[in-house]
Amino acid sequence: MSYKKRIDNRSFDEMRKIEAKVGVIKRADGSASFKIGNTWAYAAVYGPRNLYPKFLQNPEKGILRCNYNMLPFSSSSDRVRPGGSRRSKEISMVTEKALSPVLNLDDFPNAVVDVFIELPQTEAGSRCAGICAASMALADAGLDMKDLVCAVSVGRVDDKLAVDLDYSEEAYEDGPVADIPVAMLPNLGKISLLQMDGLVKKEQLQEVLDKAKKACAEIYKIQKQALKEKYRVV
Amino acid sequence: MTKLLVNEKDVVVPGELLVEGMDYLPGFGTYREGDNIYSGRLGLVTLDGRTIKLLKLSGRYSPKRNDTIICKVVDVNFSGWRLETNSPYSAMLSMKDATSEFIARGADLTQYYKIGDNIICKITNVTSQKLIDVTMKGPGLRKLMGGRIVPINTNKVPRVIGKQGSMVSMIKQATNARIMVGQNGLVWIQGDIPAMELLAVRTIQKIEDEAHVSGLTDRIKEFLEKETGTTLGGTSNVVQETN
Repeated sequence: MSYKKRIDNRSFDEMRKIEAKVGVIKRADGSASFKIGNTWAYAAVYGPRNLYPKFLQNPEKGILRCNYNMLPFSSSSDRVRPGGSRRSKEISMVTEKALSPVLNLDDFPNAVVDVFIELPQTEAGSRCAGICAASMALADAGLDMKDLVCAVSVGRVDDKLAVDLDYSEEAYEDGPVADIPVAMLPNLGKISLLQMDGLVKKEQLQEVLDKAKKACAEIYKIQKQALKEKYRVV
Repeated sequence: MTKLLVNEKDVVVPGELLVEGMDYLPGFGTYREGDNIYSGRLGLVTLDGRTIKLLKLSGRYSPKRNDTIICKVVDVNFSGWRLETNSPYSAMLSMKDATSEFIARGADLTQYYKIGDNIICKITNVTSQKLIDVTMKGPGLRKLMGGRIVPINTNKVPRVIGKQGSMVSMIKQATNARIMVGQNGLVWIQGDIPAMELLAVRTIQKIEDEAHVSGLTDRIKEFLEKETGTTLGGTSNVVQETN
């Protein structure tokens, strides 16, 4: 049996509906929200600011610290136990590594830039939504950045490759599934996050990256528009 | 063949392609990659001859030499005072730079400035590691008694001040309040009448909110005239606001 048509009638290269907004949290130095389908991420950036405990300080440049957190009521199934978990710690780490290649914090020795990503609602692709929101929030915070970061998950559902899997596809039971979150720097054409849960063939992986590149270009347009909207000159 | 892909005063986002070709030079906030110039931050495009640079629109205050800033005393030690600067780094006010009075060895420094005092001072030096030295020696530098401090976006300080101080002097004239604007995005306001002090606060917040809207001076003048019920002198006619 093969996967012929996507469960929610999208085409295989089509993402869920995206909404992005910048400056949603007034008290933060930079903030953004990014909604893709039913997955919704808020990111707030604080800093550069003083970093304590002191042993974490780097006298050569500032550091980036990310915190990914799913709210207890965010999941469609069980309640998420509040506080950190193995999963959230891993995602915080990969988010940090996905964002740091674009960020230049050389001007802020001993300081920290804190990024808090909160997810009030999730349905697959939450780390990608988090990265997209965080990169807009960092830009909004006025930091030195070479590029924005766009992320999308591309996956294999049975014998097909599909962009931006939703939960029903991730949980597809009639064939093998692979979920591959990719983060890209759209203008520089580089990849800053590549993870895989499941198995794909080598040739398929190349195809996955091509699809991710196209999807990221679309996401970049949306991010760009959201940022410009906030600073529009009337 | 050089192609300029943006106009002056366009808002650009990180990674946006600004120029194709070698005829322009990358200025502040931009970088060259191969033959192209890209934006390296969120900012407003400004062209200065053949140089393309970006004007900051957001971000925290970063200390610069000769800036006049409003600080809060957070610690007192043997040789001076530690100040909170509204930036990621704290500043040091040494005894020598604090006053022209003679301070005896071992004197209690809290008699000059104590923890919690707000002062207006000037940055004399910033090192690569962002150690900040400030001085109290200079016109207008003093301890701020009473009044209130309103935080604003650092990048909008020039708008609040206006050309040659036109905006701030207009607010002073209308509200009769004493106002000091620190480059670090803190504004100290003290009025004789509480209502006027609050009006000054509201005006400054209005300027911050509408800083990017054209015809700012006129709108603020109108707002102040309406609120106070008086007619203000022609500040905005003398100094034309651009942008």
